[in-house]
Amino acid sequence: MSSKLVVGVLALQGDFERHLFRLNALGVGGREIRSCEDIEGLDGLIIPGGESTTMSLLIDRFEMRGCLSQFCRQKGVWGTCAGMIMLAREIDDERVKPFGVIDIFVSRNSYGRQVHSFFADIEANLNGQIKRLKASFIRAPLILNYGSNVIVLAEYNHSPVLLYQNNCLASSFHTELDDDLTLTKYFLENFVLVYK
Amino acid sequence: MNLEDKDYKIRVGLAEMLKGGVIMDVVSADQAKIAEQSGACAVMALERVPADIRAEGGVARMADPSIIEAIKKAVSIPVMAKCRIGHFAEAEILEALEVDFIDESEVLTPADNQYHIDKWKFKIPFVCGCRNLGEALRRISEGAAMIRTKGEAGTGDVSEAVRHLREINSAMKRLTVMSDDELFGSAKELASPIELVRMVARLGKLPVPNFAAGGVATPADAALVMKLGAEAVFVGSGIFKSSNPEKRARAIVTAVAQFRNPKAVADASRGLGEAMKGTSAASIPQENLLQVR
Repeated sequence: MSSKLVVGVLALQGDFERHLFRLNALGVGGREIRSCEDIEGLDGLIIPGGESTTMSLLIDRFEMRGCLSQFCRQKGVWGTCAGMIMLAREIDDERVKPFGVIDIFVSRNSYGRQVHSFFADIEANLNGQIKRLKASFIRAPLILNYGSNVIVLAEYNHSPVLLYQNNCLASSFHTELDDDLTLTKYFLENFVLVYK
Repeated sequence: MNLEDKDYKIRVGLAEMLKGGVIMDVVSADQAKIAEQSGACAVMALERVPADIRAEGGVARMADPSIIEAIKKAVSIPVMAKCRIGHFAEAEILEALEVDFIDESEVLTPADNQYHIDKWKFKIPFVCGCRNLGEALRRISEGAAMIRTKGEAGTGDVSEAVRHLREINSAMKRLTVMSDDELFGSAKELASPIELVRMVARLGKLPVPNFAAGGVATPADAALVMKLGAEAVFVGSGIFKSSNPEKRARAIVTAVAQFRNPKAVADASRGLGEAMKGTSAASIPQENLLQVR
């Protein structure tokens, strides 16, 4: 992996540290993103898990909606859990204002509260190869429907949980909580490098 | 104790999701909504905030389930609730109510003066307070998925939280430079399992998220504990005992998200009205301190 790559992780609130740790393990320069200035020179961006209401509020409070929205339309971006919610076209909760870059309709916390959070081994179709991923679903969102431009890479219980549209990848689960680098690598090779 | 257990990792996972955020004590649905609108990443449902528990005295217990349920209905962010130390029946009730996190808290009157709850038996994650590394590692060995400093709750005086953060940090730093035989000695001194002591020596940090709590009353207090290594902040009485809770809540969230940027914290600190009056922790007699529980 090119050591010159710099990938940002939105660090206003949430699970940014584990993503930075995984990027670091792959020899990529990770950067905490807390303002528009931090986006300068980035090759890609991860929007982590966390609370989407909090993230959406803080994006507006710190006047980051414009620069993030623009970045999500140009470079490789990966949203995990709350991050996926932020990339969606529509959410079932008006407290969250998404960027609308992936044509999915998402229901927040749809698997239920924390007592219903779970771990699953799932199979994803990554570049024509079936890969097993260690997936943590934590108060996870559920994709209720998606448009024809969306490519689904993995399903769980007949619902899409990993998908992409153009330059944006989204997963409703977390792999960064385990030492599973498969998806991080896939994101770097197929999104960050492609849309650099 | 198995930190690699999948269900345990899911519990720690929620703690990871709360990093960089502010968890606010609330006693009603209205306060919970104010907290959520200010950008809190979770709320702690209580019957009385710590400052009132301190002032009123008496036995402090788990909140009435109807308060917890009203708060759960009012917001979409995670809802935590406190049970008494060692009171596993209260914890079972909170689990049945499907709160997202249980705080086995010294702010409430301890139910068991000898044992903490065996937290491995629960599906819901627990957070526990600590004053030093030994306490933190013992709580983790009992199954806590998150650690917070105790500070001295309900005072509005951040000095005890600072003391506890510094104490834990320097104890962890010392472990990182020790040889294997020295680590055995440390495990004995810390009265903690050697596996956990070795893990801290290797990582230089706790194996679970480490948050600050106890006495945070201003945006500057929040920035201070973040700079001292806390990964998120609990605010108890500091918000709803101040003259303008909406503004202060918002300002403390801003300060935590932008703790590296003093100008942003300065902007957030402007014109907040009066902070909670508070009590200096040093003026409280030893027997009235909550942190020694």
